[in-house]
Amino acid sequence: MLFLLTGFMQSWNLSLSILNIGVLSAIMALGVNMQWGYAGLFSTGIMGSVALGGLAVVIVSGKPVPEGWAAGGPRLLFGLAFGVAVLLASIFIYRRMKPGRTRGWTITAILVLGFFAYRAIFDPAANAIEAFNPATAGNIGGFGLPSLLSWPVGALFAGVAAWAIGKTALGLRSDYLAIATLGIAEIVLAVMKNEDWLARGVKNIIDLPRPWPVPYEVNLQQDAGFLQTVQDWGMDPTQASTILVKLLYLLVFTLVLLAVVWMSERALHSPWGRMMRAIRDNEVAASAMGKDVTARHLQIFIIGSAVVGLAGAMLTSMEGQLTPGNYTPLRFTFLIWVMVIVGGSGNNWGAVLGGLLLGWLWLIVENAGPVAMGYITMPLPDGALKAHLIDAAPHLRLVTLGLVLLLVLRFSPKGLIPEK
Amino acid sequence: MDILNALVAFLNYVFVPGLAYGSQLALGALGLTLVFGILRFSNFAHGDTMAFGTMWVILITWWFQSMGITAGPLPTALLALPFGIAITAAFVLATDRAVYKFYRDKKAASIILVIVSTGVMFITNGLTRIIIGPQEQNFADGARFVISAQGFKDATGLSEALVIKSTTAITVITAAICVAVLFWFLNKTRTGKSMRAFSDNEDLALLSGINPERVVMVTWIIASALAVIAGTLYGLDKSFRPFIYFQLLLPIAASAVVGGLGNPLGAIAGGFIIAFSEVFVTYAWKKVVGYLVVLDLEPTTLLQLLSTDYKFAVSFTILIIVLLFRPTGIFKGK
Amino acid sequence: MSDPFLIGEAMTGGYGAVDILHDCTIAVEKGQIAVIVGPNGAGKSTAMKAVFGMLNLRGGRVLLDGEDITKLSPQARVRKGMGFVPQTSNIFTSMTVEENLEMGAFIREDDIRGTMEQVYELFPILKDKRYQAAGELSGGQRQQVAVGRALMTQPKVLMLDEPTAGVSPIVMDELFDRIIEVARTGISILMVEQNARQALDIADKGYVLVQGANRFTDTGQALLADPEVRRSFLGG
Repeated sequence: MLFLLTGFMQSWNLSLSILNIGVLSAIMALGVNMQWGYAGLFSTGIMGSVALGGLAVVIVSGKPVPEGWAAGGPRLLFGLAFGVAVLLASIFIYRRMKPGRTRGWTITAILVLGFFAYRAIFDPAANAIEAFNPATAGNIGGFGLPSLLSWPVGALFAGVAAWAIGKTALGLRSDYLAIATLGIAEIVLAVMKNEDWLARGVKNIIDLPRPWPVPYEVNLQQDAGFLQTVQDWGMDPTQASTILVKLLYLLVFTLVLLAVVWMSERALHSPWGRMMRAIRDNEVAASAMGKDVTARHLQIFIIGSAVVGLAGAMLTSMEGQLTPGNYTPLRFTFLIWVMVIVGGSGNNWGAVLGGLLLGWLWLIVENAGPVAMGYITMPLPDGALKAHLIDAAPHLRLVTLGLVLLLVLRFSPKGLIPEK
Repeated sequence: MDILNALVAFLNYVFVPGLAYGSQLALGALGLTLVFGILRFSNFAHGDTMAFGTMWVILITWWFQSMGITAGPLPTALLALPFGIAITAAFVLATDRAVYKFYRDKKAASIILVIVSTGVMFITNGLTRIIIGPQEQNFADGARFVISAQGFKDATGLSEALVIKSTTAITVITAAICVAVLFWFLNKTRTGKSMRAFSDNEDLALLSGINPERVVMVTWIIASALAVIAGTLYGLDKSFRPFIYFQLLLPIAASAVVGGLGNPLGAIAGGFIIAFSEVFVTYAWKKVVGYLVVLDLEPTTLLQLLSTDYKFAVSFTILIIVLLFRPTGIFKGK
Repeated sequence: MSDPFLIGEAMTGGYGAVDILHDCTIAVEKGQIAVIVGPNGAGKSTAMKAVFGMLNLRGGRVLLDGEDITKLSPQARVRKGMGFVPQTSNIFTSMTVEENLEMGAFIREDDIRGTMEQVYELFPILKDKRYQAAGELSGGQRQQVAVGRALMTQPKVLMLDEPTAGVSPIVMDELFDRIIEVARTGISILMVEQNARQALDIADKGYVLVQGANRFTDTGQALLADPEVRRSFLGG
């Protein structure tokens, strides 16, 4: 409804792009809903999963840079593998040796020496890669595979990262998990911003291919059949092509969304889902009944993160570029949270509704905020104060969102569509 | 070999910045840990409380400057500080009344309070950005240096200089005073002791007739004061940007957790541990090592363990290590 | 005989929908020791908590010195002169012994030094350890801190929930001696005890509860002599 209204009021293009973002947000919200709604895990690292999904697109379907790869690819991979080996070795030692000072020193020595050896192997390779044509490349490049393929890979990346963090932080107190995941997300982002060899860092990667079956507008506009159809309908070809592209995205995204909802619903009503909710409602009782609470938590933490990673990959492939600077915790962690809570924790349809609704609110306030502020400040004399208020209007959405969250938590803690 | 110059370079680039940053983190972590001890949740809005308070300090500083009031060689912001604290404390108490009290009375799970605090974080953050804008602000004035580079070189004849900015000196001194006052308050006054008692054993404190609402109110006021002071010192020493203050939440939370949540002494230790580790790991040691080794062995690389962009990784790694091996922190927390 | 100083009369109630206490009466005279004993799950601690106002009564009333205090909160009862020592977490572990005593006297506005000296006279070991964190003390010393803390309000009635739980027999005897001393100063004592035999030995009045109701009520010595009580509750 809101989207139709926006379409009439502003433009169909805007409405559709907001809707697309809304659908993606809904998928992310579904992932978070699994963690919070099914299992009661409060993770603030959602942004990290989104960013990892985006990274997957670059690696899977980015343009290959053979020169970059030749300059140091194998050595770089060897360096990374070596780093992982050092970590595994220290974990192995930790498990096998008797606790005591010797063990502490051995592990410290392995880690310190390993770190320097790793840097010695890794740094020259990274420098060599970054040295190649830094204006347009300077990275190891991707595999140049179809974009659709990168979506599951994005889910995989986020899932693996979730496994690592879950292994360490789950089972600790709930606030610790929140702080730890907040940190992990910042680190993921720092890596993406600074490791230029990987995805060019803040120089961004552009021209990522579109997923099948979405065509490019330029091609459409040269396609005789398309032009003919458009003319028959009496539409402007440029506008029609952009709308068609967005509609196709919408179609693909909605299919994925429905698939995720279907699977979540199946899972929720299976014995597994019932067990999850039992654990959430009473961990002590569940573990007394022989359920392995930490393992189940790890499982759902990974699955939820993977769903978010999937949506992150879809987002990047729709935008066609990876811009690490765009990932902010407010937008990609806390906004998604508000979606889940407003929609109704524990209810998949609630998460979808919350995603669509708040995705719309977030973007529409961004667009309409300054306009509204312009009307509100109409009686004020022109001057610094008025200009400042209009400039500040986009930040109103932070306040709005905070208020929405607090009001829902206070007066309707079960959300718009409560859990059955 | 030039041990003296190496030492001076070490002091100048590692020790002094670490000390100043550590003081700022320690003050921030103290506020967080007090709120945790009394209200029993990790307050995600703490970083934004710092930003909110610092913003008021900046605005009042500007107002004072426009009226020609300054503090001589000291930054005008120090004069504005009490007003900033008062406004922030009033704001925080208002949020407590409007938001947190409801959940406290309901005895809601701490995770719910954490989520509620993210809502408060949104609002505080938005207000800060609306009032002062998201841009960077510099508001330091007064004397720039206690010891300037040239002065130090002239006095000692060394080629390396130990520069002490006045903001650094003020940071360390103010932090020391705050900590001293806080500990005096907690250990010597009736109200302070009742706060410790409440944090230690809530039921028994109630049984002893300690008024929980009063304890909570005092806690919020102290936490706001510490947050505003920490934020102002950080802003004077570096610069003010709302987004950076939000990110400060991570090292601050890490400091508090590493020291043991709820333990004020631990928060201070944690602050310095995190600050020094960050500076140690992200400093390019080329210069210091260059003085220590024979000339032709001078290192060719920067000798930097990690790029400064990974400073979050440092606080995070320490956090995880401590949580894995000593879940209640180095000093016993909750 | 005059009315008892503190009486929980015909108390019926529990934590949730299910009643734990059924028409249960507990009373203590001025300066005397009353002990509640009974098998596990008999509602001993619940009866004590009911007298102290920590659970809602559906029936019955609590009188302190003739005044009906049934509706008062535990905190208000402290102000009326009742002291309570919970079974667990009954001290501030991170605070010094002296600070524990100070916190005990938090509601008092007058000079507390005299009372503190009295507590130190009663428990001399606490004076030696006054600046040590209470959490570092031994089990028996902790219990002394806990009792001392409750005495700081100068209560007229002291209620102890299993004061000897988890302490060695020697320490237990010493604690009982101290409790008798406290009673001699004119403070009424109501306590729940697992060690029924020793507790009844010092009790002026004993209550044997079974399933939340009074089974036997008599003087401590009489109960100890009663063959049925001995057989069923004191292990022969």
